[in-house]
Parts: sequence; structure tokens; C-alpha cells
Amino acid sequence: MPNQNTSDSFVDMFIFESSQNIELLEQIVLDNDNNDVFSEDALNEIFRVVHTIKGSSAMMLYNGISSISHKLEDLFFYIREHEGIHYDCSALSDLVLEVIDFIKIELEKLRIGNEPDGDSKELEVSIAGFLSNLKSEHQASASDQASVSPNKKNIVVTDRLEKSGNMYEATIFFEEGCQMENIRAFDVIHKLNSIATDISHVPEELIENDQSTEIIIKNGFKVSFRSEKEYQEIKKILLQTLFLKDLTVKEISSPEETVKETADENTKTAIQQKSQKKDISENQVPLSSSIISVNIEKLDKLLDLAGEMVIAEAMLTHNPDLNGLELPNFTKTAQHFRKIIDELQDLIMSTRMVPLTITFQKMNRIVHDMNKKLNKNTRLVLVGEDTEVDKNIIERVSDPLMHLVRNSIDHGIESKEIRLQKGKPEIGTVTLEARNEGSDVLIIIRDDGKGFDKDSILNHAKKKGLLFKPEEEMAEKEIFSLIFMPGFSTKDKVTQYSGRGVGMDVVMKNIQAIGGTVNIESKVDVGSVITIKIPLTLAIITGLNIQVGDSIYTIPIKEVRESFRPKKSDIIVDPDGNEMIMVRKECYPIFRVHRQFCIETDIQDFEDGIFVMVEHDNKFMCLFVDQLLGQQQVVVKALPAYITKLKKISCIAGCTLLGDGSISLIISVRDLLSTNQ
Amino acid sequence: MADAKVLEQISQEEDTQKGKFLTFSLGNESYGIEIKYVTEIIGIQPVTEVPELPEYIKGIINLRGKIIPVMDVRIRFKKSCIEYNERTCIIVIDIGDISIGLIVDRVAEVLKIPDEDIAQPPDISKTSGNRFIKGIGKTDNEIKLLLDCEMFLQEDDIFALENIE
Repeated sequence: MPNQNTSDSFVDMFIFESSQNIELLEQIVLDNDNNDVFSEDALNEIFRVVHTIKGSSAMMLYNGISSISHKLEDLFFYIREHEGIHYDCSALSDLVLEVIDFIKIELEKLRIGNEPDGDSKELEVSIAGFLSNLKSEHQASASDQASVSPNKKNIVVTDRLEKSGNMYEATIFFEEGCQMENIRAFDVIHKLNSIATDISHVPEELIENDQSTEIIIKNGFKVSFRSEKEYQEIKKILLQTLFLKDLTVKEISSPEETVKETADENTKTAIQQKSQKKDISENQVPLSSSIISVNIEKLDKLLDLAGEMVIAEAMLTHNPDLNGLELPNFTKTAQHFRKIIDELQDLIMSTRMVPLTITFQKMNRIVHDMNKKLNKNTRLVLVGEDTEVDKNIIERVSDPLMHLVRNSIDHGIESKEIRLQKGKPEIGTVTLEARNEGSDVLIIIRDDGKGFDKDSILNHAKKKGLLFKPEEEMAEKEIFSLIFMPGFSTKDKVTQYSGRGVGMDVVMKNIQAIGGTVNIESKVDVGSVITIKIPLTLAIITGLNIQVGDSIYTIPIKEVRESFRPKKSDIIVDPDGNEMIMVRKECYPIFRVHRQFCIETDIQDFEDGIFVMVEHDNKFMCLFVDQLLGQQQVVVKALPAYITKLKKISCIAGCTLLGDGSISLIISVRDLLSTNQ
Repeated sequence: MADAKVLEQISQEEDTQKGKFLTFSLGNESYGIEIKYVTEIIGIQPVTEVPELPEYIKGIINLRGKIIPVMDVRIRFKKSCIEYNERTCIIVIDIGDISIGLIVDRVAEVLKIPDEDIAQPPDISKTSGNRFIKGIGKTDNEIKLLLDCEMFLQEDDIFALENIE
């Protein structure tokens, strides 16, 4: 059992580190998308990242990932070593992206507890092919050069080869509390294996001996080895070790080198070592100590607890025992307490807020892929990607966004020729914008494509039998929203990316599931704008408490338009017994809450109670309730699992605890409107 | 190693709980449920009604910040309901990760009923309330109907199915 646990935490750490590295790699490659050649920095960075992935996956014995990253590393090693080599940058990017996809799938398999068993052979072959092409081309051109002027650098390298390398001794200290020092040391050995021989280290047994970790923490991890690489290079490789706190590298003996040279090198490295150390202490240490990753479940719990505290505070300060007492000091302290709790709650909410940056940047990849496959030229502009949204919401907004961006490129942006004919710039633009608006976040997807074609949408809907209304009565918005109907697809040809007619209704469902709305505006040949409105958070809402009989219900304030006492003359009853009310010459259906929810109440006449007008998605309804109790911030809780398992309660979104500890049910206005129409 | 200890502890705990039943009454009948399911017993408190639920689910209560459903066992067993009084109790049971409160007329005591005193229920019909009875425990002067707590959950799946139809 304990073994199982530790290996689980290894896997977790591996997944976490590797996914970060993969994201970084993808970012570098995509940033470079428009250039013809990778910059030196980019090459080094790619090499470093791929190398890390290779090392850690080999350590975990994930052979698929390690062998493919090994191949990729070879390729980049070659490119890096031959400065100025000519290669097809976009083909190379695609190759790297394919590897990224492969590793992503493998990581996902790990995450859900499966073995990463994907077959990387095909990809490896194509990488090897790319490399061998590169080599043969380069050698052809290099041999031309060599005949003119012999390359000095090469000679030096071969010289060293004959010497079969120098002896080095390195001492490594890891950061305190980085854990698994022995495994990390093993990783260092693994890295050295590819460049060095005669490796010996203290402590000798890393994995088998439990005390090795303690020795490493106390005395550092000492390695001595023989390598053909130069001092600087060795140092650089060792510096890549994760959680590195301190590193010293010594060259022990280099019989063929002159003493002077060694001394020279030593002073040089001492200086460099100093500056590097300074770099580490300036950059790495604060970074790693100021950000920690926390399990989201813990944050959820923390938020729950803060919610409990708000309730407990209300129960305390409104305690019936205090009624009629004058307690100035108590009130003062209570107010102070209240303020602290409010701040605490705000802070906890803000810890759950994550910027949309990563979600938005994922779209870069989609645009890149679609441009390639559909032979279009589109650029993606991101605006306000640092807007923060609750973590839970981000997870659920990513898929719909992906669909919408795909749709914009596939259906919206025209091909180059048509764009030029229409007098538009050759490159199409898709803008992804996010901004806060009150307690909502707006995400806007804007393209300058051909826009929605009303007639073709209508024709298509007619063909599929999706029209529910005579077409001349439909407003523009209603026509556009037809594309969100299940089974609607305007593109005759199904492409790889969109057009199966399953996408858009899923988009709508996902957005609605997190309490959001989708709005479309479009002009032919100018482009279209899709606006998604989602709440900042799902956990705390402001609600209007109402009473019906003995029960208390909460209506989200966002959906309340007004409340009013009716005049008897405004109420209409149609022959079927449906009750309606006229408000400012508009007619709204009446919904008797007590009747629908089977609650006993004395208030049956409209004149004794009060109406609350609610709205969702431009649909209105008047709820008839006994009385209003006031407005309050409430923490949304789910109904107990037992009840949701028993039956899906259609009009209740959840429940919440009120100040006195009693429970109020939260009414879902959306469900209410859809079930009563 | 540590795990083994914990396991041992758990099994010991189970041992001490084994054969013990919390008995309660509904009208004239006396029932027992295995003590290992019971987490606490509380007095009756205000219940928030939830619409659209079967009649025997009275609603939900706030148990120190945790919201749990409560079931009126009388109605569940198709007995006539009586008004709640100060002897009415809610027995909170935990089955797996689901908590549920059972409203009963009166809680009696915790009894040890050895296995040999437990008889199989008569196999008359598996359709009515009998489904809930796991065994019949005989004590000095009374018999206790021993309930199968898991059935409280499973039966409801059938209800849910009927609902769809």
C-alpha cells in the first residue's frame, strides 16, 4: 500500500511537470509560427524542454514518451550544433506539434489512470526521416565549404574526442523540501549517461537505499564522471536540474591540458559561477516560493467553510437571546468580525480566479492547424486575456470557445481569392476578447468574414423542419439562434473541423449549464460577433428571498426585473383558465408558486400577495408569492445527492442556508420558463 | 504497516459494533437497524419541503451546515402518519457517502442480538414493505424487525424508473 501511494505521487508530479513543459513547448513553437527560422534562444529552450521531458519520462519508464522525445532531442541537437543550417521551419513546427499532441494524449491516459501505451513508431520514423534529410543536405553544402576553408571548430572537437574526455566532479544540493531527492539525483545520473562515462556517485545506492535521501540533503549529491564535453557545457546541463539549490563543478585532472589553461578556465568559471548563482537566487528562488499549486478540492472546501462562517456569524449576531438588549460594545465587535469575514470570503473567491490566458492561447493552436488544413490565412487577436474567471467556469468554457473559433474560421473567413475580390485585407482576423461587466464576464468572438446568411439559415432550418414559427415573423436574432438548434448544420460538406451539426447545440448547452447566454450579431460581408455572457462565479449569488406559506425561496437577483402589487383590473383569465397580467400594455403569464410547488398558504387572492417579474433570455413571467423578505448574498449549495439521484427536480437550482440556519431553495428561472411554455 | 494498524482498528471497531442494533418503534412495531450505519440521533426539527418529491421524503434539514434529506419511515412503510411530537426522532444514517435522516416515532435502546437469535423473514411476498426486512431478531419478550439499510437507497432506483415511465 505505501508503495502504491508514493508511486502515485510520482505520477502526479510527472504529469504536472510534463504538462507544464508541453504547454511551454507548444507556446514557443506557436510564437515562432510566422518566422522562417527558429531563433537561437527558441532552439535552446526547445532543446532544454524536450530534454527534461525525455529525462523524466525515462525515469518513470514511460518508454513511448521518452523514445519520441529522445528522437526529437536528437533532431534539435543537430540543428543547434550546426548554426545557420537551412531547414523547413514550418514542417519542423508541425512535427513538433505532432509530438506534443502525442505526449498530451499519453499524459491524459496517465491522468485517468491508464498506462501510456500509444505507439510512437510512425512519428519517430518521420522525425528520423526529417533528420536524415537535414543531415544529407547539410553535409552536401558543408563539404563544399570545407574544401575552401577548413573549419577550425571541428578540429578542436575531434582533438578532444581523442583524449576521451576529462574527469569532473560535481556536488549538487537540492532545494529544501523539494522531496524525492534520491529520484532527482537519479535523474541527474540519467542525464549524464548520455554525455559521460565512468560515472560514480555518493551515495552509491540511490533508489534501493532509504537513507540516500538524507545523505543527499546533508552532504549534497556527489558525482564524478569522465566526459568529452567542455566544462561550460557540463555545467549548463547540470544547471538544468530541477529544484537545484547549489552546484559546484570541478575539473579534476586534464593531463594533456596546460596548467595555465586550466587555471584560466577556473577563474573564468568561478566568475561565471558567481553570476549564475546570483541569477538563481534572484530569479528562481522567489518564483518557486511565491507560487504553490493547491488541490482545487481544498479550495472548494475552504470556500464552503467561509460560507458556513458567514452563516454562523449571522446566527450569532441575530441570536434571539440578544433581542431587546442594548450592547454597544458587542455590536462594535460584531461589525468588526463581519468585516473580516467579508474580506476573507473575497480573498478565497479571488484565489479561485484564474486568468483566461491559457484558454485563449490554446486557440492559437486551433487557428494554426485550421489555416494549414483549410488553406486559409487567418490571424488570431487576443484582447483582455488576463480577465479572471472562476476555475470551474474556465474548465467548462474552453470547449465551446474552441467550437466557436473553429466555426468562425471554417464558415466565416473566406478564402484568400474571395477576400481580395471583396476588397478585404488578404488575412482574415478573428478577435477573441474578454472583459468584465458587473458580475458577468463577456467573451466575444469577432470575425471579419462573410457573416451569417439569413436566407440560407432559414432555408436550411425549413428543410430540417426546425422552424417553429412563420418565417416572416422571425426577428434577425431568432433566425441566427436557429444555428444552435440540435441537428442544424449549414455547411453541405462536412469538414474535419466543423459542419457535423453537433457542435453548436453543444456549445449552447455547455454555456447554459454554467448559467451563461449566447448572443449573435452578424452583417453580410462585414463579419459576425458572438457574445458569450457568463457569471464570474457560480458559488455565491445575490438573491431575492420570497416567502410562500411557510417555505422560503430565493430567486437570483440577476433574473428579477421588478416586483409590484397588482390591480385586479390588470388580470386576465383565458377560457382555459390560464391567468395573465397586463403590465405597461404587455401581457405576461402568471405563475402561482404555491400551486406549482404544492404549498399550503392562506394567500390565494392576487391582491393579498405580490408579483415578482422574472426574465431569462428575453422570456418573461410573473411569479405570484406571499411576500418579499429582502435581498441577500447567498452561498449556493447543491441539493443532497440522495435527492438528485431520486429525481431531477426541474425548477430548483440548489439550496442555501439563511441567517437563522433555515434552508431556502433557489429557484431556477430558466427551468421555470422552459417548463411552463 | 501503518495501514495494517488502521485496518486492525477498523475491524476491531466493526467487531464491537457487530450484532448491535439501535431499536426504534413505529406505532406498535419495534424495528432495529445495525448500529454501524447510525451516526447520530437528533430531535425533530423544522423541515424544508422540496417540491416534486415522493411523499415519504419530507424534505431537507440543516445538520450543522450539512444539508441532508429526511424520510418519514411511517409513510415509507405505508402506515398512517401521525403528528410529530417531542418523542419523534430523526436517526441520521450514513450509507456509503450518502447521509439520510429517518423520522421515527421513538428511539428505544441499543441491543445486542446474537446471530443465532436472528431468523430469516418469512418469504411471503417480496412486494410490500417486506423488502426492507433483513431478519427477525428475537429478544426476551419482543421481536424486532431488522431493517436492511441498503434497501432504503436501492428501492428508490425503482421509484425513479417508474417515474420515467
